[in-house]
Amino acid sequence: MTGKLIGTIAHRGAILVYIAFALFPLFWLLKVSVTPNDLLYSEGVRLWPSRSTFDHYHFVIENSAFPTFFKNSLIVASSTAFAVTVFSSLAGYALSRFRFRGKYVIIALMLITQMFPLVMLVAPIFKMLSPLGLTNSLTGLVIVYTAFNVPFATFLMQSFFDGIPKDLEEAAMIDGASRFTAFRQIILPLTLPGIAATLGFVFTAAWSELLFALMLISGNASATFPVGLLTFVSKFSVDFGQMMAAGVMALIPACLFFLLIQRYLVQGLTAGAVKG
Amino acid sequence: MASIELHSVGKSYGDHPVLEGVDLNIDDGEFIVLVGPSGCGKSTLLRMIAGLEDITSGTLAIDGQRVNDLKPKDRDIAMVFQSYALYPHMSVAENMSYSLRLRRKSKEVIDAAVGSASQKLGLDPYLARRPKALSGGQRQRVAMGRAIVRKPKAFLFDEPLSNLDARLREQMRAEIKRMHAELGATSVYVTHDQIEAMTLASRIVAMNAGSVQQIGSPLELYDRPANLFVAGFIGSPGMNFLEGRLSQSNGVSEIVLSNGIQVSLGRHVARADGEMVTLGIRPEHVVAASSGTGVEAQVELVEPTGLGVILHLVVHGESFKLFSTDRMLMQAQGAIHVTLPQSRLHVFDKDGVRISEDDV
Ligand SMILES: Nc1ncnc2c1ncn2[C@@H]1O[C@H](COP(=O)(O)OP(=O)(O)OP(=O)(O)O)[C@@H](O)[C@H]1O
Ligand SMILES: [Mg+2]
Repeated sequence: MTGKLIGTIAHRGAILVYIAFALFPLFWLLKVSVTPNDLLYSEGVRLWPSRSTFDHYHFVIENSAFPTFFKNSLIVASSTAFAVTVFSSLAGYALSRFRFRGKYVIIALMLITQMFPLVMLVAPIFKMLSPLGLTNSLTGLVIVYTAFNVPFATFLMQSFFDGIPKDLEEAAMIDGASRFTAFRQIILPLTLPGIAATLGFVFTAAWSELLFALMLISGNASATFPVGLLTFVSKFSVDFGQMMAAGVMALIPACLFFLLIQRYLVQGLTAGAVKG
Repeated sequence: MASIELHSVGKSYGDHPVLEGVDLNIDDGEFIVLVGPSGCGKSTLLRMIAGLEDITSGTLAIDGQRVNDLKPKDRDIAMVFQSYALYPHMSVAENMSYSLRLRRKSKEVIDAAVGSASQKLGLDPYLARRPKALSGGQRQRVAMGRAIVRKPKAFLFDEPLSNLDARLREQMRAEIKRMHAELGATSVYVTHDQIEAMTLASRIVAMNAGSVQQIGSPLELYDRPANLFVAGFIGSPGMNFLEGRLSQSNGVSEIVLSNGIQVSLGRHVARADGEMVTLGIRPEHVVAASSGTGVEAQVELVEPTGLGVILHLVVHGESFKLFSTDRMLMQAQGAIHVTLPQSRLHVFDKDGVRISEDDV
């Protein structure tokens, strides 16, 4: 009895320590974002400044290009998440259910694409996109991000489809559904947790991507927010307060997004599909 | 309702054949049961009829129409899966009405069909529930309900009762039989269960290693098994097999068993003198006789079954079983006398094929 209690306490304690460790940088972000400039270096290290202010937020929203960055990031991240999810669920379904010629070659190729450090690909991709007019454009970014994320997302979706018994779509097809209808009406609803995971994963990846955003985009008009953050770094100083304020605001969509999908993430809808 | 014809149907995965030359004509309204050991291709055959597996060779026809290349959805056949395969995100009512909704039936038609099916199956209290909130038996009923709402041309069942406990299985078996009598729908039913096969089938198809061994009514398979496989597979406890040599004298054949005992068949068997044959007799046909008749057998083991008793006997090194409902035999020990009635003897040649009574 007591042994079990101690176990529970130790378990909760360990989780608490981990959460504190993981969230501390976010807390620090928040703290710096509300610290007035004059207190930033003068007060030493303390958990909360003696005086807090929203001036940095005002400045970032009103006087910087941040709203544009924010909007660009939102467009790029959600388009990428959407496109990747569509492609990867179709491809993942095919890998999970069909036998076709060249299947293993395709899987191998998809794995190979995941093996290169992205830096190696910057120059060739720039070379390819620039004659197409896709540098300095959000569309270009969406295409590149989609291409990079589809392989992993496909494997992810495949594993979710593998977890759904084949009997279900066979039953649907016998009930009178075409394969695509069975996919849409029976399999997809059961894969919502997988779709949510894929959407979340790809959205965050695209939202925080810096390398390609930096290399393919010049100028503020199509810059995304990670690139925008760099504008707070000038030659001689870093405006930490403003940078952190921008950072906090950049967290909001990601948080909202996960709030939206978390219901599906934790839902084990397949329970009870077959005999239990 | 429909007839189903299979004409030398075969199936292979790559160059690995799993079904060969299956010929089967199922008449409208028949209840066909496929039996056979695990891996013999029963499910594969059923899935080929449903359209879930491609047919490698041969023809499959429904109502005289070749359907080899028809999609499952266009075959108008219902199937009950061993796993039930209920749609977990739909309620019981939605599960049952899915096929009708796909066919864009009106709400009145759907409600009426679901209502009558759920009443028949006693599912009324559960219509709004999700499958995961049902017991195994209730899920099984929903799976049945999903099949019957749409009045398909034929029903396919793949071991539909194997996940239920014995009592429930018995009850559902009777219900399936009653439903078949009522709907008269052509049905193909796969099972491992002897009793299900015997009680439900209008004809049994016994399969082994991808080919059909015998097709016939339950009693035909029981009384006149076509070969050693069917003889051993149908019936429980299984048939006794005793090896021996044929010996012909004066137009009557005898089998000399390897332990030297001679068993007269009381008829002539048209095979060469000295040929190796197998003698078969069901345990329930071995008769415990009063002393002085038959042969003496040592009782090795007594297994009471409630209904009766199974005796494991040995005669000069040959062991075989006896089943009897005579309770006195439960006390049997030491030696008893047994006889093998001639009319109950089955004889199989060296290839395991039945030597027919009319074969003279
Ligand atoms: N996709 C496949 N690839 C290769 N072989 C397969 C495949 N599916 C089934 N088989 C083989 O086909 C044979 C028949 O399988 P099937 O499922 O029809 O057996 P079954 O008679 O239904 O057995 P059980 O009684 O255990 O259900 C088996 O030997 C199996 O290994
Ligand atoms: Mg099977």
